Amino acid sequence: MQRTALYEEHLALGARMVDFAGWEMPVQYAGVIEEHRAVRTGAGLFDLGHMGEIRVSGPSAGAALDYALISTPSALLVGRAQYSMIVNEAGGILDDLVVYRIADAEWLVVANASNRTVVAAALRERVGGSATVVDESDDTSMIAVQGVTSAEVLGSLLVEEERLAFHALRNYSATTMHLEVEGAAITALIARTGYTGEVGYEAYVENAHAVALWRALLAAGSANSHGTPFQPIGLGARDTLRLEAGMPLYGNELREKLTPFDVGFGRVVKLDKPDGFVGSGALAARSARGERFGRTLVGMRVTGRGIARHGYEVRRPGGATLGLITSGTHSPSLGYPIALADLDAEAAPFTLGEPLEVLIRGEGVAAEVTGVPFIPKRSTEGRAQGAHQQGS
Amino acid sequence: MTSPVELRYSKEHEWVRVSGDRAVIGITAHAAGELGDVVFVDLPAVGATLKQFAVFGAIESVKAVSDLFSPISGSVVARNQQLASAPETVNADPYGEGWLLEVALSNTEELAALLDAAGYDQLTA
Repeated sequence: MQRTALYEEHLALGARMVDFAGWEMPVQYAGVIEEHRAVRTGAGLFDLGHMGEIRVSGPSAGAALDYALISTPSALLVGRAQYSMIVNEAGGILDDLVVYRIADAEWLVVANASNRTVVAAALRERVGGSATVVDESDDTSMIAVQGVTSAEVLGSLLVEEERLAFHALRNYSATTMHLEVEGAAITALIARTGYTGEVGYEAYVENAHAVALWRALLAAGSANSHGTPFQPIGLGARDTLRLEAGMPLYGNELREKLTPFDVGFGRVVKLDKPDGFVGSGALAARSARGERFGRTLVGMRVTGRGIARHGYEVRRPGGATLGLITSGTHSPSLGYPIALADLDAEAAPFTLGEPLEVLIRGEGVAAEVTGVPFIPKRSTEGRAQGAHQQGS
Repeated sequence: MTSPVELRYSKEHEWVRVSGDRAVIGITAHAAGELGDVVFVDLPAVGATLKQFAVFGAIESVKAVSDLFSPISGSVVARNQQLASAPETVNADPYGEGWLLEVALSNTEELAALLDAAGYDQLTA
């Protein structure tokens, strides 16, 4: 199994380690609910060293990425990011991605750990000789700070002259910055992105700097959180946080059998690119069939007794099976079970409050359709709370 | 971790506290720790029949669901009502307030098939 540069740190913090996509990762430290609440009320620290970072560069790299992905990375301004997907010729989702434009002729594509090899290979093949594709995942660590105090915590490590620019970072922006850690300056790509629904940041650094940055962030968290929680967060709480925020997970909501239109991400597909892209023919045809074709992703809450889990059947009360739960858990913020379900779009519309039933251990348990995200997202708020305090 | 010596244990991580022909059953601290934050406990109704080592319910943490296996046979005389509103009691006090069911034993000889505290601690060491 692979280990991130922070493996020993997790053991020292008493984390419970699990196998995740071939990586030995912390699933929890203090407990899923406590960690979840820490991110919702203060902030938390995440080791995301297992994620894939693929750099695509060269004068034609923008056009090459436009052809390789469903979105239009060439249209990004330098320093901005976009959510994207890579699909196969049939329009099936190979992975969901965040794409950053780092410089005029340089993009960073961030892929899921489980798909990194597939994504890197597909990018190389699709880009051909028109751009340079370098999979930097093995040399790169990614550490996220998410939550309302994240700006103040991470900001406290930035070199003085870059703090103003840091606090001005908007959601889905990224820039190369310098942090002062243990008296030494380290270079990091600092992105205001995340997977929790909170204001937060992701720092990409060379593996050699990961331990120092992790420790510095833990210390800065204790010093800058004003009595709110700040603690390391495992994959367990990462999953409950992202689900409450209505964000999809590859392998659960997203699969090769589904197109972006089947999971509510039609808006990410740019069918008007003049030169098309891999999968554009299939996706144009799929788009033309409208919303009541294929599958649809529906948010639910269980009102009866039990928790809807991945793979459980969903139906209208007494009706035939319409599909399966893709992710389900007890929502620590809401105090009741929530779930996303992959349902037959021909049975749509599923209207808010409409009764559904989940088959839990052989019994139909009452549920209802709810809006997604399950909680209001705060990640797009103009500035993080800490920014105001920092400036004073 | 040392388990209470007055209890008997199953390999599926349930405990039994016997007094006369009645027994209280619950899950061990080890099991509660492995599960993580318990958020839902699905228990049979009063009067339901339990069979030794058969599934009688389910316990859910944030992360996962696990079957509950009865350590003994009998019929349910009470269930812990507190768990409906405060399932986390199973984590906080697995051998006390976090008990699951009280059962009228149908065959006390079955207790011989259970482990004592030392045996259980060896199993989970």
